[in-house]
Amino acid sequence: MSPSSTPFTIKLQVFEGPLDLLLHLIKQNQVDIYDIPIALITEQYVEYLELMTQLNLDFASEFLVMAATLIEIKSRMLLPVIPDPEGQINQQTDDPREELVQRLLEYQKFKEAALALRKHEGHQAEVFTRIEDDSTESEKDLFLDVSMFDLLEAFRRLLQEKAPEQIREITRDEILLIDKLSYILEQLEKRGGKLSFLSLTEGMNHKLELIVTFLALLELVHHRLIKLRQSRPFGQIWIWKDESAASQGHN
Amino acid sequence: MNRQQAKGIIETLLFISTRPLTLERLREVFDREINRAAIKTILDELIAEYQGRNLQLVEIGGRYQLCTRPEYSPWIKKFYQIEKSTKLSQAALETLAIIAYKQPITRVEIEEIRGVESGGVLRTLLEKKLVKVLGRKNVPGKPLMYGSTWEFLQYFGLKDLSELPSLKDKELQDPAGPAESVVQPLCGDINSPQDIEQLRIPD
Repeated sequence: MSPSSTPFTIKLQVFEGPLDLLLHLIKQNQVDIYDIPIALITEQYVEYLELMTQLNLDFASEFLVMAATLIEIKSRMLLPVIPDPEGQINQQTDDPREELVQRLLEYQKFKEAALALRKHEGHQAEVFTRIEDDSTESEKDLFLDVSMFDLLEAFRRLLQEKAPEQIREITRDEILLIDKLSYILEQLEKRGGKLSFLSLTEGMNHKLELIVTFLALLELVHHRLIKLRQSRPFGQIWIWKDESAASQGHN
Repeated sequence: MNRQQAKGIIETLLFISTRPLTLERLREVFDREINRAAIKTILDELIAEYQGRNLQLVEIGGRYQLCTRPEYSPWIKKFYQIEKSTKLSQAALETLAIIAYKQPITRVEIEEIRGVESGGVLRTLLEKKLVKVLGRKNVPGKPLMYGSTWEFLQYFGLKDLSELPSLKDKELQDPAGPAESVVQPLCGDINSPQDIEQLRIPD
């Protein structure tokens, strides 16, 4: 079967949650949100989850809860509607889909609001203010979070700068992660809780040593012992002691 | 000191400052001899005058700052070799939208709307200072309530919360006619600059 003749094709996009996926299916099938063909949508919804499972992709447990809800609604739709004492069938209040529709509408509102905020974000990203000098920066500055790619880029540059032209000797020096962990923390302590990525790696010429140091940095970030920050894109990456780790009270 | 001098001083301070300035901060330089209203009037005049210039003076959550205009951003990026700016994730934006419009709101209430666990994204937003804890809700478990921050306004370039796009129910094929329930952003206590000051997150 060619892809175009597949009755149900779905671009594997990431959904923020079961409601997001449902809205997508409703839009894709061009059906009325107030009159959702529950059998069709349930079928496609479950298909999507199966696809995710086949591809070995994780999905949140909330997706399963929604699947159960859909199946429950579907089965309730199959039950005969009992007229009230006057013999009237109240379509509006007896619709098992009602609650789901309300949730979808509510979620859709905020999904659209997020879209509007995205526009503001894009606009504001084009507006710049006076830039503070790196050397005078203080803890209160608005730092940009360093992304994984910034770290990788910094690492790549480091390798380029530090890697000798030709490597001749073969050393079997053992470089232990745990040593680098304590080295970083030691250096931080020595320099008053703040140090730059470059100064940390000063004097390290061995590729493996750089790699292990880099891994140690990631490990420390993971354990919230340090923070990595830079004051502007492509600026110097600073390593800070994470003071907030102990005092964080938010759940 | 006459008004024209005061105006010159204010414009100068805005020019050299790397951070947005509050009315109160500007007042300090005049030893509080000029009242808030007068400074506000001068600032409003300056904002209007800058309309026709290559820089702009903007007010964000009661603070004032000289900024560049969006149309010049390609040159700034070229000059500083900035390739692209980081953006918030879809999950973060959705959560922020819910918090901005429905504050104060608890994590559970956010999750009811989004239909997914939102603890992680909430933590990220707290770290980025785009949201803050407003207090605890008086229900069993005393859950934390969250709201937006001044940094939120700055990030999206909003003067105050009333500038949030209005949230309308989509007009769908409702047999009873188009639903017109408009959710107004809660901005009652965060409109005045004093309150914005209080909104700052304690370090």
